[in-house]
Amino acid sequence: MSGLILTALVILVFIVIYQIARASEYVNLIRGEEETVSKKTNKALAWVLLIIFFLGMWGIYECHKHLAPLYLPESASEQGLQYESMLMWTIIITGIAFFGTQLFLFWFSFKYQAREGRKPLFYSHNNKLELIWTTIPALTLMVLVAIGLKNWNNMTSKAPEDSLKVQVVGKQFNFIIRYPGKDGVFGKTNFRLINDANNVLGLDWNDPAAKDDIIIENGEIHIINERNVQFVINSRDVLHNLSLPHFRMKMDAVPGITTTLWMTPRISTAKMREITGNPDFVYEIPCSEMCGKGHYSMKGTVIVETKAEFEKWLSEQKAYYSMHHEVAAAPKADAPPAGAAPADSAAVAKDTTTVAVK
Amino acid sequence: MSNDATLVQAHDAHGHHDGHHEHHKQHFITKYIFSQDHKMIGKQYLVTGIIWAIIGALFSVFFRLQLGFPESNFPIMEQFLGEWAKGGKLSPEFYYAMVTMHGTILVFFVLTAGLSGTFSNFLIPLQIGARDMASPFMNMLSYWFFFISSIIMFASLFISTGPAAGGWTTYPPLSALKEASLGSGLGMDLWLISMTLFIVSQVLGGLNYVSTILNMRTNGMKMTRMPLTMWSFFFTAVLGLLSFPVLVSAVVLLLFDRHMGTSFYLSEIFIGGKALSHMGGSPILYQHLFWFLGHPEVYIVMLPGMGMASEILSTHSRKPIFGYTAMIISLIGITALALIVWAHHMFVSGMSPFLGSVFVLLTLLIAIPSAIKVFNWLTTIWRGSIRFTVPMVFAIGFVSIFISGGLTGIWLGNSALDIHLHDTYFVVAHFHLVMGVSAFFGMFAGVYHWFPKMFGRFMNNTLGYIHFFITFIGAYLIFWPMHYAGLAGMPRRYYDYTQWATYAPYQSMNAFISIVVVITFFAQLLFVFNFFVSMFRGRKVTSTNPWGSTTLEWTTPVHPGHGNWEGPIPEVHRWPYDYRDDGNGKDFIPQNIPLRPGEEEH
Repeated sequence: MSGLILTALVILVFIVIYQIARASEYVNLIRGEEETVSKKTNKALAWVLLIIFFLGMWGIYECHKHLAPLYLPESASEQGLQYESMLMWTIIITGIAFFGTQLFLFWFSFKYQAREGRKPLFYSHNNKLELIWTTIPALTLMVLVAIGLKNWNNMTSKAPEDSLKVQVVGKQFNFIIRYPGKDGVFGKTNFRLINDANNVLGLDWNDPAAKDDIIIENGEIHIINERNVQFVINSRDVLHNLSLPHFRMKMDAVPGITTTLWMTPRISTAKMREITGNPDFVYEIPCSEMCGKGHYSMKGTVIVETKAEFEKWLSEQKAYYSMHHEVAAAPKADAPPAGAAPADSAAVAKDTTTVAVK
Repeated sequence: MSNDATLVQAHDAHGHHDGHHEHHKQHFITKYIFSQDHKMIGKQYLVTGIIWAIIGALFSVFFRLQLGFPESNFPIMEQFLGEWAKGGKLSPEFYYAMVTMHGTILVFFVLTAGLSGTFSNFLIPLQIGARDMASPFMNMLSYWFFFISSIIMFASLFISTGPAAGGWTTYPPLSALKEASLGSGLGMDLWLISMTLFIVSQVLGGLNYVSTILNMRTNGMKMTRMPLTMWSFFFTAVLGLLSFPVLVSAVVLLLFDRHMGTSFYLSEIFIGGKALSHMGGSPILYQHLFWFLGHPEVYIVMLPGMGMASEILSTHSRKPIFGYTAMIISLIGITALALIVWAHHMFVSGMSPFLGSVFVLLTLLIAIPSAIKVFNWLTTIWRGSIRFTVPMVFAIGFVSIFISGGLTGIWLGNSALDIHLHDTYFVVAHFHLVMGVSAFFGMFAGVYHWFPKMFGRFMNNTLGYIHFFITFIGAYLIFWPMHYAGLAGMPRRYYDYTQWATYAPYQSMNAFISIVVVITFFAQLLFVFNFFVSMFRGRKVTSTNPWGSTTLEWTTPVHPGHGNWEGPIPEVHRWPYDYRDDGNGKDFIPQNIPLRPGEEEH
């Protein structure tokens, strides 16, 4: 009912505006102003456009004043520093183009408004001018391409041999993290062996390398400050994205395909807490590839710590195999017990809350 | 020309009845419903597009309310959405369904069918001097395929599992597996079927546009004497013909994966508590196929606006378009490059980084023809005599917003920046400005400019100006702040940001944007109101050429009948931008006026 009343009200208001607007047009016609736009209106509009231009410039300033302080703290990765410097150059170049062209657009609109006695110039082309404004953007863009490709090649190059290797697997709607354990080798996995009760990544227990693998189910990625880290990224179900905004990086998680991303963290979580003045600061990792109804709550965290802290933490983690084979009386990992693994959708609420509580 | 002769005969046959072709009584059904008159088909596309635009925009209002005020309830939403918004609180499933439908509706149904469907149909025969399209029957079929596809898409809004909810790109596996999301059930099948029919409609329409422009130009209408609108519609159709069929293959393979157990896009998936049997497929394949259309699609959306803005800027500045040839060459450049930049949507998809660097180069190249166009538009109004008619202010707004949205493309096209900005609000701001709002501004400019030709009446100017200023200011207020959120990496397609320490501070920005969205939405309703009321009550057009324009459509009667010209089709003697003294006190010379003795063509 209220919807109906609202609709009726809106239509009524429109009718009133329309009738007033129509009447004013007829008044102009009766006055004998049969031009498409009356001289008075034309002049007024030219002014309004000019004022809007200045208001717009002021708006940009205000917007910047309010939103720039919310920007991320300085990049927490070396690669992010390249991103930041490249961003600066891009802002400068496109900024010049933006303010220049908008200024000309609104200035010309104002200056060349129709006036008594103005004779438009018949000016159909000028090859020299056109050559200039083809060449300048082309050269400028080549500079940006060159900077961009240099950085891109750095970022996507092969990860250094000594990188810490961490596997990140996306699923609806959280991240599962795996460390290779003492042997430094990730055990084999097979998606057919997955079950949510005791083998979330489908580790193949026939592979000895799998037995010491450590799995972190709460989405916390521990990495060492100033040590290269390579993320080996997979997905269990649909597309996800491991997104590291504070490190200025991201990469999709694709089922059936392994993607990788490496970076050099440069600011520890503790240090970042000092920098931001926020004692609760954590590096949040959002999923950035639409993955279903819980997409907005798919969260992980990165904890950047010293080598000593990391090693202490790691030594406290139990191998996933031992966690599930001491407790279970009859380990039958590779045959998912019927009904033991509830539908993922049912587990969703639980998963999300765990992450949220974190 | 051959078609000319046949249609003139048809015209004569009608003449027996009452001597005036346009007064000939046609049955209601053949005149307004199953019409083969390109002008009526154009209007059908326009009205259908307007209805879709209202639905699509209303969805954006709803999900903006959720984003702006995640803690509040809006009982009015329950009125519209029923159980999807119980107690006035949108459910996450339907939030995603609405985001998906908003994108699908606006990109395909409004800015493709509603835009090029309307203006290509309406203007091509009128501006090149033809009585109708190459195949009026196919043209009619094209609209009706679009209509059926619309009905199916519309129906999907009402089924119990809701419409498709995997984003307008519908990436598998999310869209392929009904376990993954409610919207991947029947809603997704309807989406796929609807899109297939939509593509049939586009291909039928596109073939007609291309063949009409190539074959049916009147005497003297050389390709290089065509208005830029014709060039832009021509390349729009070419792009559509080359890329839309690829989407069919993407869609059909997805249907196979959904229902026939094939594994084109699926591999090693554990979902709903069980491992699926699919092996060896690649979700990235779908992304390649989708974006092979998806990227040209954004130019299918942009080019008509560019063409119409060129025409309108020139007409209302009383000055020829600057660099006509350069404009055509840049259209060709954009068309060619549009087909080979698709993978810039996939820099972080897991695609080979080397392939990524090739696409960086190609993508940034496309900024060159775009820049040329902007500079040429600026030079067109330079030293003109500008009449700020409603179409003109919209054309100026088009250029402004195209610049703002286009420049950020240079950021996103560079993979080393995209690695951070990908799938954030920066992308949302970029593409809404450049292909959403600016395409809309081109469309609005076109509607206000050609409304007198369509209906023999003017739209109300005052309302037009109100519409323009609210929309122009609104667009900037909505999308400019989003760049800041995007730079901070704020992911798009999120239902709620309150539990994110990094993004919760943007809540007041989101609330502000949502309020502006509501206001801007009502301004669009004002346009719709103006459109329909002016059809019947607008100020009547008294002269055949109210804007003082040079192109051929203004040589037809105020209410052209089927066949467009009463007598023979006018011949063309000059290029379309002769805005100069005609020697009789007028500041323009229409294309059908022969060169004066001693006068050289432009």
